[in-house]
Amino acid sequence: MSGSRKVTVTTSVLLLFSLASSVFLLRRLDQVRTSATLEEVLYLNSPKWVRRLSLGYTGLLADIYWTRAVQYFGSKHVTRATDYKLLSPLLEITTTLDPKLIVAYQFGANFLAPKPPNGAGQPDQAIALVEYGIRNNPDNWKLYYELGFIYYYMESKDYAKAAEAFERGAKVPNAHPFLRVLAAQMAQHAGEIQTARMLWQTAYATTQDDLIRKNAVAHLRALKVDEDITELEKLVAAYRQQTGLPPSSFNVLIGAGRLLGVPVDPDGKPYRLVDGRIELRNPEDFPFVEKGLPPGYEPGLPKFH
Amino acid sequence: MSRVVRIAANTFREAVRDRVLYNLIAFALLLSGAAILVGQISVGIERLVVVNLGLTAVSLFGVVIAIFIGIGLVSKEMEKRTLYTVLSRPVRRWEFIVGKFLGLTGTLFVNTFFMAIGVFAALLYVSHKFQSSDAWILVALFFIVLQFLILCALALLFSSFSSPLLSAVFAFSLFVIGSFAEDLRGFARMSRGLAQGLATTAAYLVPNFSALNVIGQVAHEQPISAHLIAYNTAYALAYSAMAICGAVLIFERRNLK
Repeated sequence: MSGSRKVTVTTSVLLLFSLASSVFLLRRLDQVRTSATLEEVLYLNSPKWVRRLSLGYTGLLADIYWTRAVQYFGSKHVTRATDYKLLSPLLEITTTLDPKLIVAYQFGANFLAPKPPNGAGQPDQAIALVEYGIRNNPDNWKLYYELGFIYYYMESKDYAKAAEAFERGAKVPNAHPFLRVLAAQMAQHAGEIQTARMLWQTAYATTQDDLIRKNAVAHLRALKVDEDITELEKLVAAYRQQTGLPPSSFNVLIGAGRLLGVPVDPDGKPYRLVDGRIELRNPEDFPFVEKGLPPGYEPGLPKFH
Repeated sequence: MSRVVRIAANTFREAVRDRVLYNLIAFALLLSGAAILVGQISVGIERLVVVNLGLTAVSLFGVVIAIFIGIGLVSKEMEKRTLYTVLSRPVRRWEFIVGKFLGLTGTLFVNTFFMAIGVFAALLYVSHKFQSSDAWILVALFFIVLQFLILCALALLFSSFSSPLLSAVFAFSLFVIGSFAEDLRGFARMSRGLAQGLATTAAYLVPNFSALNVIGQVAHEQPISAHLIAYNTAYALAYSAMAICGAVLIFERRNLK
């Protein structure tokens, strides 16, 4: 083997070995620094400073910060974390860098507002974020819709403010006609489930995003279950009042002429009647239900169909 | 081996003759100015500013030197025709490349050493005494030297086949992309199908400078894990070796006529 060939072969082998080593070491580094990128945010958490340091390349940096916010939320959500302390600063930096980044307000508010583990449980920050978005994008009706949505879904439902937000949005040119209807419904405080259904149907109809649609479908399915169980509970209560005992099964109610058949959930699986309570057969398939959960049931992560 | 050492020593001498170490004067002025001024215009962040500014300056000065000296290492020798004199002697091409690499990293090491003395002097001036957490600054400086190793190797790799201007553009671009390497891997994890394959390949091919940047951490007196030091060291050595091997392979085949 000539000298040059020997060098080529040796160097090639070394190159492949060092390539494999660097990939292996990078993977180990990833394990050591699981949240390192996000921790850095703590050291530079002033949106104004980040904007100044971006040297004018605010668009690209906003995209990077938005991606970091999504990754941060995703990594916390998977572990069912209750503490999302970096989410709000990340969203603030993102929207300061690019105040026209509508998705950051839409998704960001949905990350911030819900109670843990579904979100950060920071509805005030969510409202501040969307209000900031509205100030910078006053002609985008979707932001008013988000705002009304947050007020409606907050722990203490603020119908007046929700109605006001939908009303403001309805005045925006090209706003979805649903906004006016929603504003009226909020003002009346009527029909909890019907209003919620309309909100989620609007969410489904006004987005092309697959994740939002799946989320809306999951909520609509949960609303259907809640509605079914509310009706069934009324039947059970009426039977108990009449006979003094709860029905032992749905067949008893069918025999009494109160039901036409065994009621089924949106997946076609029969509900269960246990000690006078109505329960879902597979509660894990309906992550957002408020009724029909067996006693002591610990909900898992939402799974979309 | 002695031939490699001789080439490295010559590269170091040449860099000193080119007044590369003059940057130390600018660095000293910057840091002493910051140390004196920051106490007068701010409250409670003197140490933080000195550490952040000092380490950032060490890093940026070194990055500029690594790129701009590194890209000229081969082309300048060809331009001045000294390369032919060197290679006409019993010096192999790979020895030339490795010698140049070691010479440049040596220059940067000496440069960083003096800058580190400046950082600690400024720190002593503002804090009046050292504390145990200041030792982590040494780790940050070590990581900065590791960054230089990778950048020198990359600059040399590009200069082995491209013009100095393009080599500078390539090396600087890789430095910027590498500084966002963890975001790039984040993109890869989030994408699907072909995009995921391409993003993952790119994420593992570009150098990971973000793991080597712990300036923020040490400025806030947070410790650096021994695992991170070990993996970063091994990674920087492996990546530099990969780039140097690439440079050797290209230079071995390059027609120098």
